[in-house]
Amino acid sequence: MPDSAVSFPLAPRPLAAGLRVLPLFPLAAPLSLLARRVIAANPGLIERLGVYGACRFAIDPTDLPLVLLLHPHPSRARITVHRRPPAEADTRIAGPLAALLGLVHGTWDGDALFFSRDLVIEGDTGAALALRNAIDDAELDLGAEVAGLAGPMRGRLAPLIGLAERVTRLPLRRTREV
Amino acid sequence: MDLTVGPNQFFWGAETWRDFYAELADEAPVDRVVLGELVCSKRLPFYQADIPGAVERLQAAGKRVALTSLALVTLKRERKLMAELFETGLEIEVNDLTALAHLPEGAAFGVGPLVNCYNEGTAAWLATRGAGRICLPPELPLTSVTAITAACPAPVEVWGWGRLPLAISGRCYHARLHDRAKDNCQFVCDTDPDGREVETLDGQPFLAVNGVQTLSAACANAAHQLGPLRNAGVSALRLSPQSAGFTAVCRDFRALADGRMSAAELSARNLPDAPGGAYCDGFLTGMSGVAWSQAG
Amino acid sequence: MELVCPAGTPAALRAAVAAGAHTVYCGYADDTNARNFPGLNFSRAEMEAAIAHAHAQCAKVLVAINTFPRAGDPGPWHAAVADAAAAGADAVILADTGLLAHTAEHHPDLRRHLSVQAAAANPDAINFHAEAFGVKRVVLPRVLSVQEITAINREIDVETEVFVFGGLCVMAEGRCSLSSYATGQSPNMNGVCSPASHVAYDEDADGTLSARLGGFTIHRSARGEPAPYPTLCKGCFTSNARTGYVFEDPTSLDASQLIPQLAKAGVSALKIEGRQRSRAYVAKVVRAFRAATDALAAGRPIPPGTLAALTEGQSATTGAYAKTWR
Repeated sequence: MPDSAVSFPLAPRPLAAGLRVLPLFPLAAPLSLLARRVIAANPGLIERLGVYGACRFAIDPTDLPLVLLLHPHPSRARITVHRRPPAEADTRIAGPLAALLGLVHGTWDGDALFFSRDLVIEGDTGAALALRNAIDDAELDLGAEVAGLAGPMRGRLAPLIGLAERVTRLPLRRTREV
Repeated sequence: MDLTVGPNQFFWGAETWRDFYAELADEAPVDRVVLGELVCSKRLPFYQADIPGAVERLQAAGKRVALTSLALVTLKRERKLMAELFETGLEIEVNDLTALAHLPEGAAFGVGPLVNCYNEGTAAWLATRGAGRICLPPELPLTSVTAITAACPAPVEVWGWGRLPLAISGRCYHARLHDRAKDNCQFVCDTDPDGREVETLDGQPFLAVNGVQTLSAACANAAHQLGPLRNAGVSALRLSPQSAGFTAVCRDFRALADGRMSAAELSARNLPDAPGGAYCDGFLTGMSGVAWSQAG
Repeated sequence: MELVCPAGTPAALRAAVAAGAHTVYCGYADDTNARNFPGLNFSRAEMEAAIAHAHAQCAKVLVAINTFPRAGDPGPWHAAVADAAAAGADAVILADTGLLAHTAEHHPDLRRHLSVQAAAANPDAINFHAEAFGVKRVVLPRVLSVQEITAINREIDVETEVFVFGGLCVMAEGRCSLSSYATGQSPNMNGVCSPASHVAYDEDADGTLSARLGGFTIHRSARGEPAPYPTLCKGCFTSNARTGYVFEDPTSLDASQLIPQLAKAGVSALKIEGRQRSRAYVAKVVRAFRAATDALAAGRPIPPGTLAALTEGQSATTGAYAKTWR
């Protein structure tokens, strides 16, 4: 995994600026790898999606100039990266990167973020709800997953993620108290 | 197919109430009439004294008569009212299981549409307790109606006509719409003899409020489902009172059941007086309750 | 005072137990329970593991089987009861008369609670269910005032459980088909109210967010205004040219300050709504309410509510517990 992906939330403003001018396609492979890793470790994720397992989920961090499209699959999950929400998305979950990460890590409650309109859902609301509930149950820790991807570098990466979390105040790891 | 007139759901003045049941007794070709207060116990004193006369007149006209229980019993005086119902000696239609607690051993009773009888297990249990007939909740699809009717020893009735009772609450929406508390409602629900319409933000008629009750804005009309209901073994249709043209509704349903009138003709003739001016029959076979099988 | 907490997922159950729940309630992932939402609820194996986990922490698990069995197809409901019994559930929460009779007959040793969906709103109805089906606890409908709850407890032998926090039904629970009228799916039959599958949001150019349910527009919020989930009874409607929340404002229940009064009224258990909420929410709310019940036990005042940000539309009500609500 290239360092740039790990440093995503490290410095969001320079990152957003960078992403605006750089090509996005190199991000797809490492993100897809991450998705497959997460799904392999949490088979319940796909099970919980139920009838929505074949949907395409657009994840739209509104403070970054990109949209991720998640194609869930037990073994061949993919994430593609787009400039705009692609038409093939069945549902779109949009909000600041921090809100999206906090949702994944159990830092914040999805309903509460939605009431306050920090999160916006478009398209198939049922699909978005299924994904949110499946992720909430999986107790994901993207920081740990990313560190895991680094293989032998893992030990050196983990403290960096902790540091990044403190500096950016983005919830990069699972909330511990839960 | 028998016809049952359900209890009037709305709040009408005593004179209107008396006239309605007099006309029903004298002119409506129906088999059974259920009357009394279903929705709000505060309304009852306004016409309670007229009930015995109406019962007598209906019985004299050859109709079977039953008294309804309240749909939601919370207050002490409402519980007392439920106990007193069984002292009348008339058949009681239970619309809240509370009434069963007061049922004398072996007394016959009917089950109204506001009791949650959703399946054959519940229907069988009610029949064992002495239910002589069961009017199913309007929400049930035809498949459920068929399954229950097949297994239920008691005759089964289905909602045939009138605004659908969709919900009952502790809160009075009529009072709320008039910025009044329920205890100081000043009986404002009497200004809307068929309920007060509620529209969506796009201006579509959607619901109707009637005191603590919420109804559909559209008038349910099962005329076009008569064949399937008959095949399912349903033995009666329930017609729910409205402020205008109700005797005509009863006559036309009689003609429909006897094969003298088509469903299309019944629907066309009675649309002008139907509350809400629109029909629905979606709970039986449609995608949602509001759907109308004859929509273009 | 027993604290009964929601869990829509095994993770939420563990979070609730860790946060101090005395009891957790949950359901199987099908239409046998009234929170049959996408991505929620428990498989058979998850339920067994969850009950074992809770029991190891001295917490109880109640299994909600509180929809009304489909006519002609009672199998899933009977199986849910049998599986809950086999998994060691401390009680099942039931609403359907036929299912109560079935459970009393076939699983006499399985403790039975009467679901709020059965809407037993007075001592006669409660005593009737206790006598007919051996119900040991009744979850009271949210149509009652504290005084009425006090009066009810004087006339009954079974325990009462009341809602203290979360979503608020304004209709008598289990006696509402608004949702199926608009969408074809109802709490009683499908375990869903105003289902997400029938919700559509549209944000227009000026930031106004319209929410439609089954094609009916029932809410609009201007840019920056909170956007409540379009639940029918909390929708915005027009009647006689007057537009507003005809049934109830988009608010949720917070009766935390009434806990001492509810205890005095003879209530045995406090229930938190929210099986559809995240584990983060469950942990926060349970922790706050456990602090409240501990304060009650120690004779200290209840700490003031700190949960406003988690409530719907950011406002809270004490609902029918105060008589003026009606």
